[in-house]
Amino acid sequence: MTTAPAPHPGLARIALVGNPNCGKTALFNALTGARQKVANYAGVTVERKEGAVVTASGRHIQVLDLPGTYSLRARSPDEAVTRDAVLGRLAGEAAPDVVVCVADATNLRLVLRLILELKAVGRPLVLALNMYDIAQRQGLKIDLEGLSREIGAPIVTTVATRRRGIEDLVARVEEVLADLPPFQASEWRELDAGQIKAAHRQAQNLMRAHVRPPERPDTLTGRIDSVLLHPVWGMGLLLVLLLVMFQAVFTGAAPAMDLIDRGFGQLASGVAAALPEGLLRGLVADGVIAGVGSVLVFLPQILVLFFFIILLEDSGYMARAAFLMDRIMGGAGLHGRAFIPLLSSFACAIPGIMSTRVIDNRRDRLTTILIAPLMTCSARIPVYTLIIGAVVPQKTLWGFASLQGLVMFGLYAAGIFSALAVSLVMRKVFWRGVSEPFMMELPTYKAPDPLNVLRSLWMRGAIFVKRAGRVILPLMVLVWFLSTFPEAPIGATGPAIDYSLAGRIGHALAPIFAPIGFNWQMTVALIPGMAAREVAVAALGTVYAVGGGAATSLAATLHQSWSLASGLAFLAWYVFAPQCVATLAVVRRETNSWRWPVIMFAYMIALAYGAAFIVYQSAVALGAG
Amino acid sequence: MTAPIPTPDLNPPKGEGVRMRLRDAPVGTHGVIVDVQAEIDGLDHGVDAGELQRRLLEFGFVEGARIEVIHEGGIGHDPIAVKLDDMRIALRRRDAGDIMIAQDAR
Ligand SMILES: Nc1nc2c(ncn2[C@@H]2O[C@H](COP(=O)(O)OP(=O)(O)OP(=O)(O)O)[C@@H](O)[C@H]2O)c(=O)[nH]1
Ligand SMILES: [Mg+2]
Repeated sequence: MTTAPAPHPGLARIALVGNPNCGKTALFNALTGARQKVANYAGVTVERKEGAVVTASGRHIQVLDLPGTYSLRARSPDEAVTRDAVLGRLAGEAAPDVVVCVADATNLRLVLRLILELKAVGRPLVLALNMYDIAQRQGLKIDLEGLSREIGAPIVTTVATRRRGIEDLVARVEEVLADLPPFQASEWRELDAGQIKAAHRQAQNLMRAHVRPPERPDTLTGRIDSVLLHPVWGMGLLLVLLLVMFQAVFTGAAPAMDLIDRGFGQLASGVAAALPEGLLRGLVADGVIAGVGSVLVFLPQILVLFFFIILLEDSGYMARAAFLMDRIMGGAGLHGRAFIPLLSSFACAIPGIMSTRVIDNRRDRLTTILIAPLMTCSARIPVYTLIIGAVVPQKTLWGFASLQGLVMFGLYAAGIFSALAVSLVMRKVFWRGVSEPFMMELPTYKAPDPLNVLRSLWMRGAIFVKRAGRVILPLMVLVWFLSTFPEAPIGATGPAIDYSLAGRIGHALAPIFAPIGFNWQMTVALIPGMAAREVAVAALGTVYAVGGGAATSLAATLHQSWSLASGLAFLAWYVFAPQCVATLAVVRRETNSWRWPVIMFAYMIALAYGAAFIVYQSAVALGAG
Repeated sequence: MTAPIPTPDLNPPKGEGVRMRLRDAPVGTHGVIVDVQAEIDGLDHGVDAGELQRRLLEFGFVEGARIEVIHEGGIGHDPIAVKLDDMRIALRRRDAGDIMIAQDAR
């Protein structure tokens, strides 16, 4: 690139570059006050993120956070972002004025090699030696001056998570900015094997000359791994962990949920007492409180689930789980790196699908994207919990496991196994051949920072509540409207809701859904439920409230009006149904074509109908109709 | 997988023992990487041999690095986790055929 535009003269720009999991995003958050996701595994950041820092002298500097990489020779879409940002190849963006190379001070060899590559790019460098707290604890001795001289860049030691060394880093960057060398075109070329080996030798020499091995190397990780990665117990522990997680989601959150449920019940009766009988009371009590309230009740469950996921992500267990599952995933034709995106999809398929960017091969990536929504996302929890609570009897098996919790676990398992099966079919039918090589760093274990855990939980909770306000509330006003108007004619015999638009739509569509046991209320709930899965719960709340069931809780109403077979069919439908517009939109964006979201929608809806049909018909045959 | 017979040596210098491919190394093997090649081994890796070699090199599998096989999966002894200098890395045995190691003599 000889015609690279010169960096733009106004705002100074720096980019954070380094190996995966060295703390770039933690540093970015410390610098800019952002709240980007930080977790203890490689491949958390898959996009370019922008922020700004104000120096002590009042100067604004734009900061870029980039995905981690071992070399500039990008292999996967996330690494390509880093390469293009560093080389100034992104549309409308020049190369950064200063490259801040972030290094894990306890693991320097690979980053020293990356630094040699970065030097060829021709932008001035500053090296941030992060995780310096751990280096000091281990008694690692680094000759900062000597190293700085040899690589020709100032070195700053930082502890990003404790915001230590941040002012120092900014000051150094400002010094370099004050004295920028004339712009020069990049001399970077893709290295061949011989050149990589030579660079490693150079890095190794730097290590020998300037870094003394730790006096107290970390042995904890090795000891924990000898249990968690044990060929037999390791797998058992993983299963126990998942089982505990789902039991906790189902039972641990119950008291808090009851409390919220009672709160909304009192609110509804308070409103009913305060407002005169009429449309306004209907809208507030049936539309807003019965609808939105029925979803907000699930906040404690969402928080419990995220609490577990955050602990897994922050401790460093995530990569171990991927290691343990690799053989099973490989058997289904999945790439080893598919595991983390799939596990993230338990929270929500959208970040899961985005994190498939770490997968280099396009077909491997597409397979993972297409099956990610089969993982039970947190938006299904309200649907599952409500229906299970309504139709599955409350029983305790073997003295400790609740039957309802086991059904919940079964639904999760159904999602996982069908995802593996779909992947296998795709591999065998559409694209053959083996996956690309799989190599993954197993990070050292770190105790999760309680403050970080709380902050992440708060963010997840806020997202859930905001969604209830922004998506569910307006939709429920609409559903209330549709199920209230037109009003029943004078002298009508049936319930008023039968004459409303929603009633008519539901009755019109009922024949399509009759074979799978859905009544017209369920059918109506599916329509706004296309927007997001938990909306169906809110819609059921509103439809039944308008229909006159407001006196009891929604679960009790469903308990009376749904058969076990219908309830189970509804659950089976929700294991597969592609009822999330945002997921389809993100698939469109990530694959750059409408083809894949359309394929995803078609195969999922077919599976949903098929599964609900089989479940309903067999349940009826067994006498649960 | 059977462990190769170690060469007896009273005063063992490091990395001078039996040579083997990382693919065949049982858990507990420790030594030094002596070579990383780009061999056509008849196995399909999803990428060509040269590309596989470069990826291994970029991850730090390079001549002179200390290596120890620390864990393996329960099914078919695969994948393996190795300690490579200061890092822990997981990889599949099929992709580890080009890494030649010399065990520390016992
Ligand atoms: N003890 C300690 N931990 C740190 C420090 N900086 C980051 N961490 C932890 O290191 C892990 C990785 O941090 P991230 O900021 O997500 O790393 P990253 O470089 O952005 O990772 P990728 O986006 O995956 O490339 C997290 O668990 C952080 O809490 C530090 O200075 N000291
Ligand atoms: Mg990051």
